[in-house]
Amino acid sequence: MTTLLRSIAAEFAKILTTRMWWILAFVLFGYIGMLAGGLAALFAGIQSGAIDPSAAATGGMTPPLGSIPPLIYSFASSVGYVFPVLLGALAATGEFRHQTLTPTFLATPRRAGVLGAKTLTLFVVGAVFGAIALLASVGIGALVINAFGIDPLLGDSETWTLISRTILAMGLWAIVGVGLGTLVPSQVASIVIVLAFTQFVEPLLRLAASLIDWTAQIAQFLPGAASDALVGASIFSATTPPALAPLALEWWQGGIVLLAYAIAATVAGYFSSWKRDVT
Amino acid sequence: MPVGALIEFSNISKTFGPVKAVNDLSFTVQPGRVTGFLGPNGAGKTTTLRMLLGLIKPTHGTATFGGVPYRDLPQPLATVGAALEAASFHPGRSARNHLGIYQVAAGLPRERVASVLEKVGLAEFADRRVGGFSLGMRQRLGLAFTLLGDPGVLVLDEPINGLDPEGIKWIRGFLRDMAAEGRTVLVSSHLLSEVQQSVDDVIIIANGSLVHRGPLSSLDSHETPIVVVDSPDRAALAAALTAAGVRFQAGRSGLLAAGADPGLIGHIAFSAGVEVGVLHRQKSGLEDTFLALVSESGTRESETRGADTP
Repeated sequence: MTTLLRSIAAEFAKILTTRMWWILAFVLFGYIGMLAGGLAALFAGIQSGAIDPSAAATGGMTPPLGSIPPLIYSFASSVGYVFPVLLGALAATGEFRHQTLTPTFLATPRRAGVLGAKTLTLFVVGAVFGAIALLASVGIGALVINAFGIDPLLGDSETWTLISRTILAMGLWAIVGVGLGTLVPSQVASIVIVLAFTQFVEPLLRLAASLIDWTAQIAQFLPGAASDALVGASIFSATTPPALAPLALEWWQGGIVLLAYAIAATVAGYFSSWKRDVT
Repeated sequence: MPVGALIEFSNISKTFGPVKAVNDLSFTVQPGRVTGFLGPNGAGKTTTLRMLLGLIKPTHGTATFGGVPYRDLPQPLATVGAALEAASFHPGRSARNHLGIYQVAAGLPRERVASVLEKVGLAEFADRRVGGFSLGMRQRLGLAFTLLGDPGVLVLDEPINGLDPEGIKWIRGFLRDMAAEGRTVLVSSHLLSEVQQSVDDVIIIANGSLVHRGPLSSLDSHETPIVVVDSPDRAALAAALTAAGVRFQAGRSGLLAAGADPGLIGHIAFSAGVEVGVLHRQKSGLEDTFLALVSESGTRESETRGADTP
C-alpha cells in the first residue's frame, strides 16, 4: 500500500514538474471559453431576438429554449475531452520517449503498480482539467447567456449534475489517454491518433452511423458518444434534427462504457509495452 | 555504513529473436572490490546489467543481490544504485525535480536529493533544466541518481564515457572510495585502459559469453616479461647485452629485452660501465591480453558463422 501511495506521489511530481500540464490547461481554458462565449452569444442572441435568425446562418439548428445552458456547459467535455486524452497519452509516451521507464522501474520494480498509480493520478489530473474546462464553459457561458436575459439555470440541480458528470468524464478520458499511450508508445503516433480520432474520425463515424438504424445501435458505444451520454448533453445531439437524433445510452451506461475503454486500453498497453524489456 | 552484497549471475542467457545476446553467463561480484565488466561494444554487457536490474527478462537463469532478485528487493534504491548508459531524463525537468521524483517513489528522505547533487558536483545546477546539460553533467546526474538511496551495491554502465579528464580522475577516485567503504562496485567498459587504474577484478565477455574472469593481475602475461632499457650510448648498451647473452630488440623508447629481469639488465650495464637512462619493466600487456581474449572469441564466432553459410 505504501508503495502505491509513493508511486502516486511520484506520478503527480512527474506531471507537475514539467510545463506540459499548465500549457494544456491554459489552451483548454481559452479554447472552451471562446467557444462557449461565442456560441452562447449566438444562440442566446437568436433566442432573445437580439439577433435576426435569418441573418445567422445556423441552418435551422438553433437549439430549443431551455437547452442552451446545458448545451453550452457541456462543451467542457464534448469539445474539451481531447485535452485530458493528450495529457494522459503524453504522460505515458513520455516515459518511453525520454527513457524514464528505466529510473522509474529501478525505483519501483513492480510495474503493474506503477501503471496503476499513473492511471489514478491521471484520473485526478483529468478531473482537474474538467474543472478548468467548466470554469470556462459555465463561467463564461453563463455570463453571456445571462447578459441576453436568459436564465443560465445555475440554480438548477440538473446543471450541477452535468457539472459533476463532466468532471468524472474528463477524469476517465485522461485514463483513456494513458491506455492509448501505453498501446502506442511512439509519442508522435499517439498524438496523431488522438487528434485524428477525436477531431475527425469519431465525429464523422457518429454522423454517418446515425443514418442507419443498426449502425446507430453500435455508434452509441463509441467513446465520444458514451462520454456525451454520461454528461447528458452535447452539441452533437442538440444540433441534430429530432428525426435523426442519435441513440444514446443512459448516463451510467455511458460512464461504464467510457471506463471500459480506459481499462481495456490500459490493460492491453500493459501487456504490449509496459511489461516488456526496457532496453 | 551501507553493506555491499554479493552479486551472483547464474547461467543467465538472453535471446532477442534469432540473436543470442547473452549466452549462459555465470560469475560473482564481490563486495569491497571494484569489478570491471569488460567487452567490446555489442558483447552483451548492457543486456546483462539490465537483466541484473530486472529491466530485461532473462531467457534463462537468474541474477541476484545476496540471493534476492532485483524486483524482490524490499528497498531497491537503498540496496542497489544503478546508472545505465542511456540518459534517462525528461529534458524539461530540473536536476532537483528529476531526482525528487525517484526519491519520492522510493520513499527516501528529501535531504538525499541535495546531498547527492552536492556529492557529484551539480549543486549549483540543481534548478536548471536537464535539457541544457552537457554529456558530462548528465553522467554526473546519472551518478547522483545512483547514490540517492546510499546503496551498498553500485552498478555503472560505461560511466566514463563522455567525461572530461577531470571527470575521469574524479570517478576513478570515487569508485575506489566506494569499494573501500565495503560496497560492491560493478562497472562496465569497452576499454580496459579506461578502468584499469580502478578495478581489482575483471570479468570479460565477448559475443555474450564469458571469456575471462579473475583479478586484474591475471591478465598480466607473465610468460614473457619485457624490460625496457636505454642509454645515451645505445650502441655500447647493445654490445654489453649481446656480450651477456641477453636477447633484445631495438624499440622506439629503447632496447626491449624479452624474458629478462630489470635487476640483471642493470647489473650488466653497470659492469660494462654503460650509463643507463631508462630501465623498467614494460607496462604489462594487459590491454594486449584483453584484446587477444576478446578477438579470439570474435574469430571463433565468425568462423562458426562462416561454416554455417552454405
